[in-house]
Amino acid sequence: MHLDFSPEDLAFQREVRAFIAENYPETLRGKQDEGDELTKEDFLSWHRVLARKGWVAPAWPVEYGGTGWTATQKYIWSEETASADCIRLMPFGLSMVGPVIYTFGTPEQKARFLPGILSGGDWWCQGYSEPGSGSDLASLRTKAVLEGDEYVVNGQKTWTTMAQHADWGFFLVRTNPDAKQQEGISFLLIDMKSPGITVRPIITLGGEHEVNEVWLEDVRVPVNQRIFEENKGWTCAKFLLAHERTGIAGVAASKRGIEKVKTIARAEMDGDKPLIANPFFRRKIAELEMDLTALEYTELRSLAGESAGKGPGPESSLLKIKGSEIQQRLTELSLEAVGHYGAPYFRGFGEGDNEHPIGPDYAHRAAPTYFNTRKTTIYGGSNEIQRNIIAKMVLGL
Amino acid sequence: MDFSYTETQDMLRDTLARFLADTYDFETRKMMLARPEGRDPGVWRALATELGILGAPFAEEHGGLGGGALENMIMMEELGKVIAIEPYLQTVVIGGGAMKHAKHHGGGAMADAVIPAIISGEAVIAFAYAEPQGRYDLANLRTTAKADGAGYVLNGQKAVVYAAPWATHLLVTARIGGSQREREGVALFLIDAKSPGVVRRDYPTVDGFQASEIYFENVAIPGDALIAGGIDLVEQLVDEATVAMCGEACGIARKLHEGTLDYTKQRKQFGVPIGKFQVLQHRMADIFIEVEQIASMALMGTLKLDLPANGRKAAVSLAKAKVSRSIRFVGQNAIQTHGGIGITQELAIGHYFKRATMIENQFGSADFHLDRFEQLTLDA
Ligand SMILES: Cc1cc2nc3c(=O)[nH]c(=O)nc-3n(C[C@H](O)[C@H](O)[C@H](O)COP(=O)(O)OP(=O)(O)OC[C@H]3O[C@@H](n4cnc5c(N)ncnc54)[C@H](O)[C@@H]3O)c2cc1C
Repeated sequence: MHLDFSPEDLAFQREVRAFIAENYPETLRGKQDEGDELTKEDFLSWHRVLARKGWVAPAWPVEYGGTGWTATQKYIWSEETASADCIRLMPFGLSMVGPVIYTFGTPEQKARFLPGILSGGDWWCQGYSEPGSGSDLASLRTKAVLEGDEYVVNGQKTWTTMAQHADWGFFLVRTNPDAKQQEGISFLLIDMKSPGITVRPIITLGGEHEVNEVWLEDVRVPVNQRIFEENKGWTCAKFLLAHERTGIAGVAASKRGIEKVKTIARAEMDGDKPLIANPFFRRKIAELEMDLTALEYTELRSLAGESAGKGPGPESSLLKIKGSEIQQRLTELSLEAVGHYGAPYFRGFGEGDNEHPIGPDYAHRAAPTYFNTRKTTIYGGSNEIQRNIIAKMVLGL
Repeated sequence: MDFSYTETQDMLRDTLARFLADTYDFETRKMMLARPEGRDPGVWRALATELGILGAPFAEEHGGLGGGALENMIMMEELGKVIAIEPYLQTVVIGGGAMKHAKHHGGGAMADAVIPAIISGEAVIAFAYAEPQGRYDLANLRTTAKADGAGYVLNGQKAVVYAAPWATHLLVTARIGGSQREREGVALFLIDAKSPGVVRRDYPTVDGFQASEIYFENVAIPGDALIAGGIDLVEQLVDEATVAMCGEACGIARKLHEGTLDYTKQRKQFGVPIGKFQVLQHRMADIFIEVEQIASMALMGTLKLDLPANGRKAAVSLAKAKVSRSIRFVGQNAIQTHGGIGITQELAIGHYFKRATMIENQFGSADFHLDRFEQLTLDA
């Protein structure tokens, strides 16, 4: 057992670094530096570069377009993309519905949907949650009734991230109202341009538009867009939830986040010294690094288990819990660091609007990001639900 | 020892609470924020004239109601309960505090003119004290006031001055001597907000207020704009403001608690109200505990404002450090307990959370105040 990279790994690391340096979109870098909200086109610009290179889906099996990398190579990839501050690709196609389709889909479905996910040609959203069904997802009420070879879908979804941009959505719908909750649910792929779909924005605390309500009124969905058997959608959902949780630790991104906090703390003055010399502040940075390292090595151990054939198990809840808490603490530190300049509200650059934000450039997103990041302990199965999972599934309580 | 409020104090609280309940519901507040000036000035006028309570902490000789810091705390707590966008802290607590001091330290004429204007609602005062480089150190000033004939010339920049876009007067800290972080040479001025050379860049704040960056460009001010007292006075005013804001935090925390408790009773998942889950019961208990401690610290700080400077500072710092920590706990857990709906603009709860978050660092973070407390009490 050791922590060293082999010569091949080191060569791979060099290759990755050079590739990012040469190919990461310039415009995207600029917007990130300014702290601008990113558009669909921004997200796709990096996605397309990776798709062309064949590196867009490292987690997928090679036969479907994966890279065939070893666990170490995947680790190097996530480290390098994070330390170069590359944006994270939208997970809904690549990390969520893609694996469901190649695991449970028919050959026709794979041929129809996987290429669009890989190329970025199709933008996906996740239609699970409903106003009355959040943590208790299996209680969902959106119903689908089979008429000939089409389902007619009626109901309301909510919190649907990026639905405003989506070409496709994967939805959980109730196809058998009489069965036990989990046994009457099916997994449908729905064209978001179908008649009867209305997407309404929900504005979150930082002023962002990232989530939506999605209303479905007599939406007709061909039966060949159902994945897996009718009433077996919960199997897909459970599989996907486990997938969603790996990577949710966001270790590499948090490492980068710590570097950003340090940069702010070096620039901010505290009396005649930079804030980073303040004993209370630097202690909090050290504590974050401590917890992040503990998380990192827990994730590495769990990944090692996975490549030894054990699928992601309920212990991935641990990664979700600690990862999300660390992400939140990072935003707390940034907000503390910027002092008074956490308060000004800057709506972002509108078209033809070149007024500069108030205070230092790193300051104006600190509060909105802090507010927004409260979501990480809520979505993807709230941290309370994750602890319930550990208690029940791991500890047998 | 006596922790009971007087009948007059109870009446003050009830009057204000009833008025705000009628005029300051969440939807109305939203409409006020959407106005070009970011508030409804009619509310301030009503507080002054209809209710006649802006004089709460002023002496009767000025047309006030004869109260003091406790009245300020009561007012701030009630204003906090509706996350009011009203310049009470800036105008009455800080501006009024400065005028009460001026009255007895050579600024009688100024006080006699300004206090009645505060009470009548005509004067709105903003406190321009923070600077981009200064963090929470009140003496860390680059803004200068150079003596010029009988008056001064003001130059410099002030950061995030709450309520400045609405202000008739600015209460400004500036150096009349000394070097950037020295206590010596700090002075306080009350100037006309419309003085030539005062340049403002206005903007909304994340907690719904309006604020400005203020640039003083050779602003000529009269000699009698100076309020005697130096850094000691500035510290006293900020301490008074800090505990008043702890009162606001108390009002906000009570609402966060109340709203979240209601929600845990209404919201059902897995066929039961989520308040049936023990982990949420314990969390609600913890929120309750923190709210009570915020109330205690706001009161403790207020009652100790009259101590000699070091005792006062130590008490205020303990109060603010505790309130900063507790309000963070209460705010974060209120959002978490609401789930997704907690992070939307649609519900009031998120807006309470935003103001709560800004209170954490305003007038000094928990770290800043614990440090100040340590220096005052442990190094002695
Ligand atoms: C920014 C954001 C993006 C999202 N994106 C998507 C998306 O793209 N697609 C999608 O389908 N969904 C999405 N969601 C929804 C998300 O999955 C839900 O918010 C989450 O499942 C929690 O549900 P809820 O909000 O209804 O809260 P509730 O389930 O009502 O929970 C409220 C509180 O009760 C607690 N609680 C509930 N049950 C228990 C229990 N048994 N024991 C202890 N505590 C409990 C919760 O932890 C929480 O603190 C998103 C949410 C957010 C905030």
